[in-house]
Amino acid sequence: MTTRLSSAFPADRAALVCFVTAGDPDAASTPAILDALVEGGADVIELGMPFTDPMADGPAIQAANLRSLAAGTKTADILQIATGFRRRHPDVPLVLMGYANPMTRRGPEWFADACAQAGVDGVICVDIPVEEDASLGPALRAKGIAPIRLATPTTDAARLPAVLEGAGGFLYYVSVAGITGKQQAVQASIEEAVARLKASTDLPIAVGFGVRTPEQAAAIGRVADGVVVGSAIVEIVSEYGADAAGPVRDYVRTLADAIATARQTAAA
Amino acid sequence: MTNAAPKPNSYRNQPDAQGHFGPFGGRYVAETLMPLVLDLEKHYRAAQADPAFKAQFDDLLEHYVGRPSPLYYAERLTEELRMGAAPDKGAQIWFKRDELNHTGAHKINNCIGQILLAMRMGKTRIIAETGAGQHGVATATVCARFGLPCVIYMGATDVARQQPNVFRMKLLGAEVIPVTSGAATLKDAMNEGLRDWVANVHDTFYIIGTAAGPHPYPELVRDFQSVIGKEARAQMLSRINRLPDLLVAAIGGGSNALGLFHPFLDDDVKMLGVEAAGYGLDGNEHAASLLGGFPGILHGNKTYLLQDEDGQITEGHSISAGLDYPGIGPEHAWLKDMGRVEYTAITDDEALEGFQLLCRTEGIIPALEPAHAIAAVTKVAPTMDRDRIILANLCGRGDKDIFTVAEKLGVEM
Ligand SMILES: Cc1ncc(COP(=O)(O)O)c(C=O)c1O
Repeated sequence: MTTRLSSAFPADRAALVCFVTAGDPDAASTPAILDALVEGGADVIELGMPFTDPMADGPAIQAANLRSLAAGTKTADILQIATGFRRRHPDVPLVLMGYANPMTRRGPEWFADACAQAGVDGVICVDIPVEEDASLGPALRAKGIAPIRLATPTTDAARLPAVLEGAGGFLYYVSVAGITGKQQAVQASIEEAVARLKASTDLPIAVGFGVRTPEQAAAIGRVADGVVVGSAIVEIVSEYGADAAGPVRDYVRTLADAIATARQTAAA
Repeated sequence: MTNAAPKPNSYRNQPDAQGHFGPFGGRYVAETLMPLVLDLEKHYRAAQADPAFKAQFDDLLEHYVGRPSPLYYAERLTEELRMGAAPDKGAQIWFKRDELNHTGAHKINNCIGQILLAMRMGKTRIIAETGAGQHGVATATVCARFGLPCVIYMGATDVARQQPNVFRMKLLGAEVIPVTSGAATLKDAMNEGLRDWVANVHDTFYIIGTAAGPHPYPELVRDFQSVIGKEARAQMLSRINRLPDLLVAAIGGGSNALGLFHPFLDDDVKMLGVEAAGYGLDGNEHAASLLGGFPGILHGNKTYLLQDEDGQITEGHSISAGLDYPGIGPEHAWLKDMGRVEYTAITDDEALEGFQLLCRTEGIIPALEPAHAIAAVTKVAPTMDRDRIILANLCGRGDKDIFTVAEKLGVEM
């Protein structure tokens, strides 16, 4: 099942990883927004599971979480959205991203099984560090779902091997110590970090947090295997609501185009 | 289910090396915070082994906080409750008077310990969350005392209903940031505290106000608050040469209760933790995580939480802003499942009765949090023999609550 993820990172350009919150503005609108991400050129979809207390997120994604919950989005709706996506896009990897409590509420095995049935390829859980892997990781691995780990500027060389232990899919490098949607890290520090991470793992390295312009995406795409964009897309959904699919597609295309040629322009 | 776990040799050697109290506790934080949380543990272990740290902590508790707090026999309350009891019934009621501490609650004990730790770690900026404002005031106080900048996150709803404490914090030099996300109460303030921390890990220390959060917070807050129980145990022995039969304490996150209970856990002493039943446990308007919640993960630890079937956190309610939190420290979750501590819940109305009863019988205006403990005492004391002893934690004074109480009693101020 994780083969979808491993083939999502081409050799000649970075993959574009796009995040939206499931059920924002409501569950009925999400499928069209996900299709727009794919049409715009997203290589990997991160579908955010809304949570009442998204403590690692900045204002944009917090608001998206609350809009989704206010619209009545349930875990069952999210799994249904995933199932529908898998049917429409058999080859595009889909990752669920969210917080521990909604993921483990019915038990880790239940969640892993539901993910497998819905065609989910990987899971990013913000508040389960490797120290607490037993709460979810074994159940995911048993079902062939990749537990995608996060590395941050505070993850030092001594700690990195532990973070990589049992990791799958790709390694998500959070380029700033902070919450989503805020400032972007300086390019030099990203390059240094990606080089350091690449020396320790064969997993693709996707870099995110604070990426919003095609120029930023291209700069990261020159050095990393993947570029993650979240808050900027969520802000478009916030602005256009149920009509967000078109604007989302157009925006994502600008990112995809910039990434597609990034390495050539660098070489030229 | 709860009785299946084997009885441990000691109830006082939790948590394990990974910060787990049985299945509870742990370190459920974002990767950015993880190295910091590990570093905090390292520094805490070093501080524990350093006699100079303990000496400085003890010195500040004595000369700045005003410890030891008195142990007080509440004679008139005891008599009052005996009037409604069978002839041979009506236990003696004693109070540990932590409401007499500087800043008016037990919260300062923990703040002294944590700010000393922060300084040992070379941190130069302090943040904290607060609900009622007691922990915010205590944090602002120790920051003023040691000259460190202080940012307090407080839900906008709580800012509105706890104006006197907001002004106190500002007088003490703290910046109070109203949090408007979610229901704008304590849990949202805690989310915002965690967001600040994750963005300022290099220089910032987060002083958590209760025995919850990622390991080692539940352990170190308990340890700092255990001064309550250690003193009470020694005071009981020296005053009447025996231990109490029952300890009673109110539970928000659980720090004053653990502070009293922990030193007695291996003694033949019963314990009763009192949660906030708000408008009643049958509805959703309460803050009783143990009695009305389910195990889950929030704010860095696994514990009992008020939540729905999808794991979304539900808003608690209590007349007491200090008890109005949808979680509880993980050690209480463990003590409940082990059956070592019994837990009950008291409604807003019962707490108001307890509040007034203590004012009238003992000339002590309690905070609404310990008013819950007092209300529980009024229920159990008449069922116990006269030679039995109840020790309740009077963990805060009521100055902050007189406006709330006046409003509930229909008094115009
Ligand atoms: C006086 C008082 N008691 C109790 C509490 C509840 O906290 P804990 O359960 O940690 O003692 C608070 C919290 O603000 C408080 O101010």
